Amino acid sequence: MFDRRLVINFDWVLLITVCCLAGVGIMNLYSATTGWAEHSTPFYLKQSLWLGSGIVIALLICCFDYRHLEHFSLPAYLLTLGMLLFVSVFGKTSMGATRWIDLGFFNFQPSEVAKLVLILVLARIFGRTALPLGYRLGDLWLPAILLITPFVLIIKQPDLGTALMLVFIAASMLLFAGLQRSTLVALGVAGAMISFAGWFTLHDYQKARILTFLNPEADPLGSGYHIIQSKIAVGSGGFWGKGFMAGTQSQLSFLPERHTDFAFSVFAEEWGFSGCLLLLLGYLFLIVWGIYVARCAADRFGMFLAIGVTTMLFWHIVVNLGMVIGLMPVVGVPLPLFSYGGTSMLTTMVGVGLLMNVSMRRFMF
Amino acid sequence: MGLNTRWIELPVVNRRLFLFSVAAASVFLLLALRLWYLQIISYDRYTERSTRNRTRVLSLAAPRGPIYDRDGVLLVDNRPAFTISVMRQDVSNLEELLQRLAGFLETDVATLNERWARGSRFPIYRPVPLATDVSREITERVLEHSTELPGVLVEVFPVRDYLEKGSEAHLVGYLGEVTENELSQNLFEGLQPGDYVGKSALEKAYEPYLRGRKGKRLVEVDVKGRLLRPLEVEQALPGNKVFLTISQDVQRAADQAFGDQSGAAVALDVRTGEVLAILSRPTFDPALFARGIESEEWTQLLKDSRHPLQNKALSGLYSPASTFKMMVALGALREGIIDPQQVLNCDGSFSLGKSRYRCWKKGGHGRTDLTKALRESCDVYFYQVGLKLGIDKLSEVAREFGLDAPTGFPLAGEKAGVIPSTKWKSERFNKPWYAGETVIASIGQGYVLVTPIQLAVMTAALANHGDVLQPQIIRKIEDWKGNVLQENVLQVARHINFPEDAWQAIDRGLVAAVNEPHGTASSAHLNDIKVAGKTGTAQVVRRQSDEEEEAEQEEVPYRFRSHALFVAYAPTDNPEIAVAVVVEHGQHGGSAAGPIARAMLDSYFKGQPQKVSTIMNEGG
Repeated sequence: MFDRRLVINFDWVLLITVCCLAGVGIMNLYSATTGWAEHSTPFYLKQSLWLGSGIVIALLICCFDYRHLEHFSLPAYLLTLGMLLFVSVFGKTSMGATRWIDLGFFNFQPSEVAKLVLILVLARIFGRTALPLGYRLGDLWLPAILLITPFVLIIKQPDLGTALMLVFIAASMLLFAGLQRSTLVALGVAGAMISFAGWFTLHDYQKARILTFLNPEADPLGSGYHIIQSKIAVGSGGFWGKGFMAGTQSQLSFLPERHTDFAFSVFAEEWGFSGCLLLLLGYLFLIVWGIYVARCAADRFGMFLAIGVTTMLFWHIVVNLGMVIGLMPVVGVPLPLFSYGGTSMLTTMVGVGLLMNVSMRRFMF
Repeated sequence: MGLNTRWIELPVVNRRLFLFSVAAASVFLLLALRLWYLQIISYDRYTERSTRNRTRVLSLAAPRGPIYDRDGVLLVDNRPAFTISVMRQDVSNLEELLQRLAGFLETDVATLNERWARGSRFPIYRPVPLATDVSREITERVLEHSTELPGVLVEVFPVRDYLEKGSEAHLVGYLGEVTENELSQNLFEGLQPGDYVGKSALEKAYEPYLRGRKGKRLVEVDVKGRLLRPLEVEQALPGNKVFLTISQDVQRAADQAFGDQSGAAVALDVRTGEVLAILSRPTFDPALFARGIESEEWTQLLKDSRHPLQNKALSGLYSPASTFKMMVALGALREGIIDPQQVLNCDGSFSLGKSRYRCWKKGGHGRTDLTKALRESCDVYFYQVGLKLGIDKLSEVAREFGLDAPTGFPLAGEKAGVIPSTKWKSERFNKPWYAGETVIASIGQGYVLVTPIQLAVMTAALANHGDVLQPQIIRKIEDWKGNVLQENVLQVARHINFPEDAWQAIDRGLVAAVNEPHGTASSAHLNDIKVAGKTGTAQVVRRQSDEEEEAEQEEVPYRFRSHALFVAYAPTDNPEIAVAVVVEHGQHGGSAAGPIARAMLDSYFKGQPQKVSTIMNEGG
């Protein structure tokens, strides 16, 4: 069953890049969480465990041909919708949001799976129908329904970050699939109008985050606190940084959520502009490599799959970094491979597995 | 499905892949630029904010400068006061801790709870004081059990220590918490609410010298304000050492001689104007203020009818009584109204119009010259001389001696005194001056009012034959390392002119008063030093009738008893020291005020070459 070519063509570059980034992330986590409660397993160890399991899952994913996934994409999509519905009825509530299904050892988050499933189902649609002149509005009803249904379920949890991720991923894949110019303009206008209308449906805390982004100093101890402290951490890092484990903003707890959403701030404070630039280059390499994988893909489904996973990574990186350095409102989006969290790590590694799968089967035809 | 189509070669797909790559790179470039802006361009701003985030400045109390007497004997020092405080960040079980502490501190839990609540408005890195100025025994007990008292620490603050137990209270003054109004003034820059500053007398007048410079302790705190570690310490600098002109010996002698009586005493060096002793009775305990006076204690001090807070040496106004007679004599001698040998008759009273003015001696002094008049304090002699001199000439002399103006003593609150004249009366009361008032003024009664320090300056001018001195209190100021900042220079305020034989006539009279038989001032007599002195007995209320006069003085209610005065200087051939004593309601100058003056003179001369008195005391 196992083809020798699969081993020869295994995408070592991708795996090593991912491991390097995740390694830096774990090291950063070690610094960010020093002195925290000793009673449980340290965060960096747990994260290492998640990384290990993620690699195993990614390798398992590589074992079977991604093309089989095309057939499973619709059932998987429907199953995920079912789970999202289940969550909205029976889900575990934490911090004012209902996002989780308690699996005992692990709080499972269907909205994360929704991203991957959406990529699969869109890759199937866009891979099947190649329109040389691009999509028209009339051709988009199915992708629209596929996007909007989970979007609505997730935004009601409420989880604006993940919901927006779905939109960004779908929009990127659609752009890649190609749109007629008139359709592009129409969608742009519609998007603007929907965002405008959407403002009034936002929760207060979500509105506050956006207003805070526009002027964080208006409420420095309240809603502006996160972003101000993060900017102080990043800015005071300077060119060379304050040194590993020596960031005062993070070590003295001025930085909130420094092991999850603001993990990059810790890194920026301790490693400075030089470290940040290297990290950015690493992430950029990952993205460009993902696009390269798409380019080399053996078929359209594989290409869209690769594009979908790459845009997912891209948007997570950009939204998280943009938030941390004050370019975007605070939206709870983790930095892939960097922020602590099993769900994020597993989602990312499943995506990486899919990329490797596409990559190693590029010469299979 | 499309197995043989190399669709990837389609230029449109290739172009889109390329555009996606470029777009991704551009977005990353934007992120990099933003990082450049934050970390390179705004680096200084964010570094400053990050430093401010994590550091707090704790101030370290500076000990106030010690105060010494003229020979370097400590009068006011600082002692360490132990404060039991609690670092809130280290407390896990507050109730249990306070319960235990209450046992050690010998207080109840409710008090501790209240202090805890008061301290909770402090930032968390500042310890909450639960008991201030705790005894050494309690402190040691707390330290021994520190393992059972997590978070409890002993802080040490410098607190004013008054070694003379209040004898110098009016001179040194007291401390109090700095007020909001004071904090807004330049003088109190760098102070915080809760700091103690001088509120009266020297402590206030020399506040900038006495106050040290507070130290700083820069500490690192975390986001909850918990103290993590000290970063930098700038030690506090103690205040300057202030050396007074006071002689501890003379001051103590006056203090002991005064006993429980009310009044004031001043001793001056007649050559320099240095104040050798200055005290006011009754006194108060300045230590009450050093630890924050309770309002109950404060009202008690304010309500006390003997006015313990008033410095009577500077602001107590008294009729000079017979101590004023020297002014009359000097004026009359200068004007040629009398000569020293001229004899006047005293038959016990003097009549002017319908009024009869009595001499203190019922039978009269008989034939009396100036020396005898001063020696025996004959009132009738001075009634006659004063009347001839006239009130305006008399008040001119008194003014020349500085009795109508503050002496310029460097403490606030000095009173001017009252020296009446015809002009003064018409301005003040819009009434003409009556001859009878001149008679009364001639024995220092009536409108005439002076302060004890004015009397001392007057006496010094009599001793040195015409130098009206400005009293000095600071001998030297040194910084804490011993560098001299200020050294007092000898200062003569003003010289007044009287004929030399006039000065000598006064000298003779006052020496006779102390040293000859029938002298009224013999209570100031010293064996080996020649003292010149004069008594005074100032009536507080005008006598109504002879019968009242007859009444035994002991039966007169305290507040109606006469004030006793005494002025003296010595040695007479080359005077060094002048003293003025007022004992409120002390009855007779000779018996009540004289011994105090004598004790001061005695201690001054005994202590002269060496501190004989202390050695003798130890021997006994």
